[in-house]
Amino acid sequence: MFAELTRRLLSTAIVVLGVVVLVFLLIHLIPGDPVDVMLGEAATAADREALRHQLGLDRPLAVQLGDYLGGLVQGDLGQSLQQRRPITELLAERIPATLELALAALAFTLLLALPLGLLAAVRRNSGWDRGAMAFSLLGVSIPNFWLGPLLILLFAVGLGWLPVSGRDAPGALILPALTLGLSLAAVLSRMVRSSVLEVLGEDFIRSAYARGLSTRQVLTRHALPNALLPVITVLGLQLGTLLAGAVITEVVFGWPGLGSLTIEAIQGRDYPLVQACVLLISLSYVLVNALTDLLYAGIDPRIRLGAD
Amino acid sequence: MGQRLPLLILLLWALAALLAGMDALEPDRIQLELILAPPWEAGGLGYDDLGRPLLDRVIAGARTSFWVALWVVSLSAVAGTLIGSVSGYLGGWTDRMIVHVIDIFLAFPGILLAIALAGILGPGIGNVVIALSLVGWVGFARLARAQVLSLKQREHVVAAIALGSRRRRIILRHLIPLLSAPLIVEATFGVASIVIAEAGLSFLGLGVQPPAASWGSMIRDGTRYLLVAPHMVLVPGTAMLLVVLAVNLLGDRLRDRMDVRLR
Repeated sequence: MFAELTRRLLSTAIVVLGVVVLVFLLIHLIPGDPVDVMLGEAATAADREALRHQLGLDRPLAVQLGDYLGGLVQGDLGQSLQQRRPITELLAERIPATLELALAALAFTLLLALPLGLLAAVRRNSGWDRGAMAFSLLGVSIPNFWLGPLLILLFAVGLGWLPVSGRDAPGALILPALTLGLSLAAVLSRMVRSSVLEVLGEDFIRSAYARGLSTRQVLTRHALPNALLPVITVLGLQLGTLLAGAVITEVVFGWPGLGSLTIEAIQGRDYPLVQACVLLISLSYVLVNALTDLLYAGIDPRIRLGAD
Repeated sequence: MGQRLPLLILLLWALAALLAGMDALEPDRIQLELILAPPWEAGGLGYDDLGRPLLDRVIAGARTSFWVALWVVSLSAVAGTLIGSVSGYLGGWTDRMIVHVIDIFLAFPGILLAIALAGILGPGIGNVVIALSLVGWVGFARLARAQVLSLKQREHVVAAIALGSRRRRIILRHLIPLLSAPLIVEATFGVASIVIAEAGLSFLGLGVQPPAASWGSMIRDGTRYLLVAPHMVLVPGTAMLLVVLAVNLLGDRLRDRMDVRLR
């Protein structure tokens, strides 16, 4: 158990290091220099050299990488080029909004996908089933940058029930959460359906019926808990996609989170900030996936870590 | 949708992509008197905020998405399949290195890496293709590697090794042809996600640059006029939805037919 845990942590650590280095190289190897952006066209060569020296950009790449890693370990992500403030401060301001959005989207996803998938499986080949699967196909085919404006058109412009954008007005969370959660709900309801269908064919379900349990008891006590295992894995894998999807959703709704910060940084060519945002989102993705693995083993006694 | 409708939609998409270069189309023609005019007043599919015809622009957008999807899926499928099969076939140290690289790429949510790459490379359709291909090869590589790992034990491969065939020949002639079924399914779904990704990048202003048209940039322009001209968002979005739905339906059907149990 302990050895397996260490092995997994180690391999996660390798991936994390790889992600850090890749993001660093991405920013530093690609043509286009932050100095040009900061000084503009009119700067002289001498000015550029001076600033490059001041920022440490004239040193060998390996030294810069070492410095960056050193800073990272101490929680120092450097300064934003545009806002001239520590990047950690900027991130800290934006993280709560993104977390709030992601959690709300996740709640919506579960509330929609679990009943829908269960219903589709239990009433297999009925109108409910076909409806649920049509919804699922539609859900994965509608990109959030179109769904967002459609929902705004319907609920904010047409009916006037909800605010168009921002985070302050009451109910402002609803439309972004729906937009972000819908495609995940579509994927997940399909997954729940196939997983429940598989479980319903098992012997212990027949035994449960034979013991005289009601359909409701069989479904909630025997089928659903067993069907949820593979669903959790998919959910874990998709959570990262949710965080990435938040980038576009936040832009659509002017939601002041990490995603809109990333896009602002890209548009302003604020490379250190881009680097930090991409790093933070990717690392949360890696960590969520690693946690899902562990959780999976915790829920299903058959999958004990290192059982082999 | 019936059996033929998805194919018809895809045919129209390809046709639009080929026809988009014709002189009869005028996606950039500005008619000031028609600014924001909806379809029911001005005919066609309506006009945008600069008075340009949306029908012509949707067709021009079809060309953008079609060629980007074709290029990205081809590039990532070829590169990914080669890398994955070589890795799976050789095994050992090479394989371990490649698997680490694949793991690291998979550690990024795909669209985020594409956004970052496109943002750093700078806007433009060529850079969109590069960014999406750099993200897209990983899926093919993982799939091809997993397949090759099991296929290389097959007798015909062992026989080819015994006959002294070169590794290159074994990989290209004896392994890759057997991979095609799952890879075709992966490529089909790949087309749908690339269409969405291209439009997404263009929506963020990281894709095609004005005045060139992409469904994504059309939607972005339209969001500013939601109140007065909802058709600016509805028209390109519907076109994109139809194509993506058609591709996904086709992919589902292909997967069922080929009975690929990999997903």
